[in-house]
Amino acid sequence: MSRKIVDRTEMPKQSPEARRTNFSEVALGLDPELARREAERCIQCKTRPCTTGCPVEVDIPEFVALIAEGKYDEAAAKIKEKNSLPAICGRVCPQESQCESLCTLGRKYEPVAIGALERFAADWASKRAVEKREACAGDVDSDLQCGCEQKVCELDSRGCAPTSDSAASAARVAVIGTGPAGLTCAADLALKGYKVDMFESLHDTGGVLRYGIPEFRLPKSIVDEEVEYVRSLGVRIFTNVVVGLTLDLREMLESGQYQAAFIATGAGLPYFLGIPGENLNGVYSANEFLTRVNLMKAYMFPQYDTPVNIGSKVAVVGAGNVAMDSARTSLRLGAEEVKIVYRRSRAEMPARLEEIENAEEEGVEMMLLANPVRIISDGCGKVSGMECIRMELGEPDASGRRRPVPVEGSEFILDVDTVIVAVGQGPNPLLTERTKGLELNRKGNIEVRDECGATSIPGVWAGGDIVTGAATVISAMGAGKRAARGIDEWIRSRF
Amino acid sequence: MFKIVEKCTLAPGVHQYEVEAPLVAKGARPGNFVVVRTSETGERIPLTIAGHNRETGTITLVVQEVGKSTMEMGMLEVGDYFKDVAGPLGQATRIEKVGTVVAVAGGIGVAPVLPQIRAHKAIGNHVISIVGARTRDLLVLRDEVEKFSDEVIWATDDGSLGYHGFVSGALEELIGSGQKIDEVIAIGPVRMMQAVADVTRKHNIPTTVSLNAIMVDGTGMCGCCRVTVDGEVKFSCVDGPEFDGHKVDFDELVSRQGFFRDKEQIARERFEADRGGCKCHAK
Repeated sequence: MSRKIVDRTEMPKQSPEARRTNFSEVALGLDPELARREAERCIQCKTRPCTTGCPVEVDIPEFVALIAEGKYDEAAAKIKEKNSLPAICGRVCPQESQCESLCTLGRKYEPVAIGALERFAADWASKRAVEKREACAGDVDSDLQCGCEQKVCELDSRGCAPTSDSAASAARVAVIGTGPAGLTCAADLALKGYKVDMFESLHDTGGVLRYGIPEFRLPKSIVDEEVEYVRSLGVRIFTNVVVGLTLDLREMLESGQYQAAFIATGAGLPYFLGIPGENLNGVYSANEFLTRVNLMKAYMFPQYDTPVNIGSKVAVVGAGNVAMDSARTSLRLGAEEVKIVYRRSRAEMPARLEEIENAEEEGVEMMLLANPVRIISDGCGKVSGMECIRMELGEPDASGRRRPVPVEGSEFILDVDTVIVAVGQGPNPLLTERTKGLELNRKGNIEVRDECGATSIPGVWAGGDIVTGAATVISAMGAGKRAARGIDEWIRSRF
Repeated sequence: MFKIVEKCTLAPGVHQYEVEAPLVAKGARPGNFVVVRTSETGERIPLTIAGHNRETGTITLVVQEVGKSTMEMGMLEVGDYFKDVAGPLGQATRIEKVGTVVAVAGGIGVAPVLPQIRAHKAIGNHVISIVGARTRDLLVLRDEVEKFSDEVIWATDDGSLGYHGFVSGALEELIGSGQKIDEVIAIGPVRMMQAVADVTRKHNIPTTVSLNAIMVDGTGMCGCCRVTVDGEVKFSCVDGPEFDGHKVDFDELVSRQGFFRDKEQIARERFEADRGGCKCHAK
């Protein structure tokens, strides 16, 4: 086998020393030469196992082949046939456990870097779209400028121009939540010809892409671009609308204003540990901490008004991607020591390997097999330490992971002044509790009746974290895609 | 964007706005609040809805200038816009026919207490309002309070009008006079609400307080506004903002409200410096 196939192209990154002091994107992307070299590694096998690993069914071998041929715009259009948010997926999808884990080449060598290639094609197309827009913006004639905007839209949606048919174009669908599930569902419905209105409770779009995932992992300009694309398909987005409070979902449907709805309100309810001292100043939920920094841009205080306080010694409780994001954000805000405190061992850490490695390279320490017992006050209402207990792994529990058991008498005090609790999020009940007839499970997640996400209310679908509990961006997108299909079939059968 | 259609300055640094927000006006009930943002770089600020008009699609907001964000709001005039207004948020007040209700308000707490006074009166309760401020000129919305209350007791710290002292003292005196009271609502500074709750606890009078914890989203997503009520952690934004005043851990609330004080001061000083000194009341 030639060297070309053996060596996977690694994406250049900012050095750990440099990046831990800034909020710029860590991974720098492939240039055309690297991208082509990597794309040429794909052996275009007949079995195409990679495609079955993609929740939104991207035609992976096809777009990779187009990159290898240097047809980057075409590659981007090929991805967009199935995936409305490729620049986001190329950055935050756990490819190592999805498409790339099934790559034929990966059986003997390293798999093709599908995620990096997806990101390359998406960024290429989006850069070209911006260049086109700017070139036209120089034109003095404003009508011409408008005409050009139109063309950009056509270019963006090439290969998937909205189809028109009467059933679809007569129906209006409400999509609640502008996170990955909502955006995907809205885009797919718009492409099928539906009129789509999206409702967002916050003042800005994107859901977890905006408030949860930090700038250094997913630049907000990328989120803006992808949301703009969805808007360009004719989707209207209403911010500051809390469905359940500002509007009532059943009324929206019963008034005939909307023929169907998709609920994608995410996992917006932070869990706490339930230990003494958790309301001390200096204890944040990861949601609060990240929302302050990402959505409200507290890292640019005082240019932005929202503050965030970071101490010098930070403990982040939990070991998922949100915990890694919180730990790495703490470093960038100026914390001197940042520890992940996790009750199980390294093997059970739920975060992506890449994120754990990134965090460790930047200087985040892993304190494994330790569990917080109480948070200690400095006497003035602020955190001055956290008592933990050592854990050991016992028999496997319901999740199949070995159950952590406290080691008696092994308590110790961790010297910290900030604690960030990143032990997961549950379903936010604002909408679900106020929508009569919507069946929920014991945890408060919406019960769905089929793989498309049909709920107990006819005409209402649900998907993403509000159904599954906190999961990945791509699985939410997959749910959005399937719901769009379900809604389309349902409307066609009725109208 | 949410247009300001009316503005009046009730006292130095205290402004009342009528803001176009038809969907909020449609669903608003006493006790609800909105989250407001003034600019692209602004904070999300929770403000209790002080009134709503479904015909005109407007809500009433009363803002006291205390930090940068509220000073910035103070500069907005009729025809200007709030960038964002989201709501109605929070649980609505439970209004039941109980007999005699005493509404105790301190400072601009009188604004959010007004819709409750009106609702209690509408349902047939006898409403006694006790409204206090540092001094006479800071007692705002007096006509409205008079209009919707059966009896009013004014209180000033300096004795310039009415009862000389805190509202909690006036309440104590009222109870001492033999007035039968079935329910007390208290809205204002935390220590005032705490003092009121301490008075009513002795007399076993059910008391509701409206908590102004620091919030970010206001929809239960971040947990910043958590408070301890009866030993349990609650989120003010979705479980409240009103709670049983006899069960709230006020000391914890005061401590949590102070967490960002240094940063708030930096923001305010910068803002004032940018304007060449404090000109918030120049108009």
